[in-house]
Amino acid sequence: MIDLGSREPANVAPPEEAEPERRRGVFRRLRESLSKSRQALQEEITASVFEKIDDETWELLEEALILADVGAPTTAAVVERLEHEVDSGAVPAEGEAIRNRLIEILAEVASTARAKIDLSAQPAVLMMVGVNGTGKTTTIGKIAWHLSKEFGLSVVMGAGDTYRAAAAEQLAEWADRAGAELVRGQAGADPGSVAYDAVSAAVARNADVVIVDTAGRLHTQDNLMEELAKVRRVIGKLIPEAPHETLISIDATTGQNGLRQAKVFSEAVEVDGVVITKLDGTARGGIALAISAELGIPVKLIGVGEKLEDLRPFDPSEYATALLSE
Amino acid sequence: MFDQLSDRLQSTLSDVRSRGKLGESDIDSAMRDIRLALLEADVNFKVVKAFTKTLKERCLGAEVMDSLDPGQQVVKIVNEELADLMGGTGAELAMASSGPTVILMAGLQGSGKTTACAKLAQYFKKQRKDVALAACDVYRPAAVDQLVTMGQRAGAHVYEKGTDTDPVDIATWALDRAREERRDVLVIDTAGRLHIDQDLMKELSRIRDKTKPHDVLLVVDAMTGQDAVGVAESFAEAAEFDGVVMTKLDGDARGGAALSVKAVTGKPIMFASTGEKIEDFDRFHPDRMAQRILGMGDVLSLIEKAESQVDEKSAEELEEKLKKDQFTLEDFLTQMKQVRKMGPLSGILGMLPGMGAMKELRNANIDERQLDRTEAIILSMTPAERADPHLIKGRRRKRIADGSGTRVQEVRALVKQFDQMRVMMRSMANGKMPDPQKLMRMSGQVPKPKVRRR
Ligand SMILES: Nc1nc2c(ncn2[C@@H]2O[C@H](COP(=O)(O)OP(=O)(O)OP(=O)(O)O)[C@@H](O)[C@H]2O)c(=O)[nH]1
Ligand SMILES: [Mg+2]
Repeated sequence: MIDLGSREPANVAPPEEAEPERRRGVFRRLRESLSKSRQALQEEITASVFEKIDDETWELLEEALILADVGAPTTAAVVERLEHEVDSGAVPAEGEAIRNRLIEILAEVASTARAKIDLSAQPAVLMMVGVNGTGKTTTIGKIAWHLSKEFGLSVVMGAGDTYRAAAAEQLAEWADRAGAELVRGQAGADPGSVAYDAVSAAVARNADVVIVDTAGRLHTQDNLMEELAKVRRVIGKLIPEAPHETLISIDATTGQNGLRQAKVFSEAVEVDGVVITKLDGTARGGIALAISAELGIPVKLIGVGEKLEDLRPFDPSEYATALLSE
Repeated sequence: MFDQLSDRLQSTLSDVRSRGKLGESDIDSAMRDIRLALLEADVNFKVVKAFTKTLKERCLGAEVMDSLDPGQQVVKIVNEELADLMGGTGAELAMASSGPTVILMAGLQGSGKTTACAKLAQYFKKQRKDVALAACDVYRPAAVDQLVTMGQRAGAHVYEKGTDTDPVDIATWALDRAREERRDVLVIDTAGRLHIDQDLMKELSRIRDKTKPHDVLLVVDAMTGQDAVGVAESFAEAAEFDGVVMTKLDGDARGGAALSVKAVTGKPIMFASTGEKIEDFDRFHPDRMAQRILGMGDVLSLIEKAESQVDEKSAEELEEKLKKDQFTLEDFLTQMKQVRKMGPLSGILGMLPGMGAMKELRNANIDERQLDRTEAIILSMTPAERADPHLIKGRRRKRIADGSGTRVQEVRALVKQFDQMRVMMRSMANGKMPDPQKLMRMSGQVPKPKVRRR
């Protein structure tokens, strides 16, 4: 999930033996959590829907996707494509085959190019953006922990949320847990200057990665979006290609507004990827499909809990399977 | 796509009208449009299904079938039914007859509980009540600090015991203290929790049992999608909440979740949270929400907002001008500048009826620069043109477009919009709502149902 560039062979600790095993466990867990409230739905889909293929079949499939927040346009496109394939005989008109094909199509829609997180630069600068309360700060904690634990990288965090009460204290706690260094400014300080200090500190100390937190903001607040663009420019003054990765966090419970969030944020700061958070709830995070289908922004990570280790790579086909499997 | 709902309905159904009688299939296709629009607004699928069923029955009745403009009639019915569904305008918080009124706040992670607590404190402060807050979120890092800081800003006392005490104990301890110190209101902040997290949901029930709150409020993010229903049902079971606080309504989410939660649990939305500042908080208006869900603008909110910002005298002058039909583009420019002072434009423009109808201006609520263009266009006009936009034709139009760096079409659209606006504002200034039929025809929008005002 992460491109570490030249660091890869030299610095990186060998991947744990247990990795494949763990990953399987991970997705079992994800599937479990995804399927909790989905049982009824899946029963519907697998049992009755495919018994005989008619209009109702397609309607129920649409319903399932809509209920997962995939949104009408993407849902219509996916189901239409599937229906077409069945009509033309490319896919056998038979339950199991249709279901498998649907998973394939969903996975295809969810996959876009450039799925890796590019941390090959030294230091690599990662900026976290998103609407209030979507999970930016928590995700930063998780990423930092992952980088230092799995790859032995040194991480600096920049407390760029100088607005919300106790935001820096919150990030400080995560820095502590993840073994990262924290650079913070005064409450109300210019977020650009905090970002600047954090990146300079990382350069001075030859740190591997610096992650900049930002205050939550609604994409409709033009002045705050401009502020974000400015933070980005300030970072770019220190390291021209930076930030190397800008990630937006989108809450899995988000409905169709998630599309607007992703669109407007990426217009302001060139978002490289999406982190879908809170997938441990019953929300299916179908907005991820809409975002990659309609905007071509890849989903890179998912958050499945509030603990350090509750971060996973986004795997489109596992995800699509989890969305529809028993 | 959504703003065009009424356009679309009217064109679908009016077309039919010219061919003769409306058939069931015409109504069906209208229902499809409505269904899509509601889904786009994140109204829960099941709620949409039930809703369109009721709607269809009404639409097949005589009031539509015999109407001269069935499209318009359908839009009116949709609006009425939606406002009904949001309903419950009279919902008030229950207050204690003696001792502190206890309010328990609950919700998912990141929905905005802590901020809502501080806002509620401020809300009561304005009523000269003595408010205390209890910091029971011991899980999220620095949540206690956040409540302490925000509580102080609101002028409330914050009862906290750090993060090593059980939240149930903190809540009961805080209640004892609030009684001893004779506070009027105690608001209990709790940690965000997933509705499927059984341990934490039990903890919430225990806090509820121990503190016997007068009101339990569920905090729901306006951007929530289809899952809102499941969440609300689970919280209804564990916490038996009495009402809902909708947050982040200052964004551009249609907030269909509000409708869904109301429809499924029957609990009213009581408060609307519309910004990060402590004063961005108010009673909720169901009728306005219905219109927002349909993308029909929110004239009332706009007027209220304007009232609080525009000074009396210039407002009177403006009204005179409107009545006498002397309102010019010059005034429009001044007005626009005033409006822009009111805050994030996206919010304000969304409230304007007619924005949806202006194809060129439809996306203006995203783009502040659009308004700069409008300003530039007006600034490129001569005083005479500003006073009488009908002068603006052919070469003048071209000159203005060149001067402002815009296109001729934009200049034309602006003048047209201005004309329509003038008609509407004149009738409003004369104390009557604009003729709904005319207004709809000109803007593709729908008038508010007059009966639904509190
Ligand atoms: N269940 C669950 N909760 C999460 C997840 N990610 C974050 N949260 C919780 O969501 C809430 C908000 O997370 P934050 O990280 O503070 O979100 P933020 O985007 O930084 O918020 P602001 O800075 O206030 O805009 C916290 O209570 C987190 O514990 C997740 O993957 N699963
Ligand atoms: Mg944060």
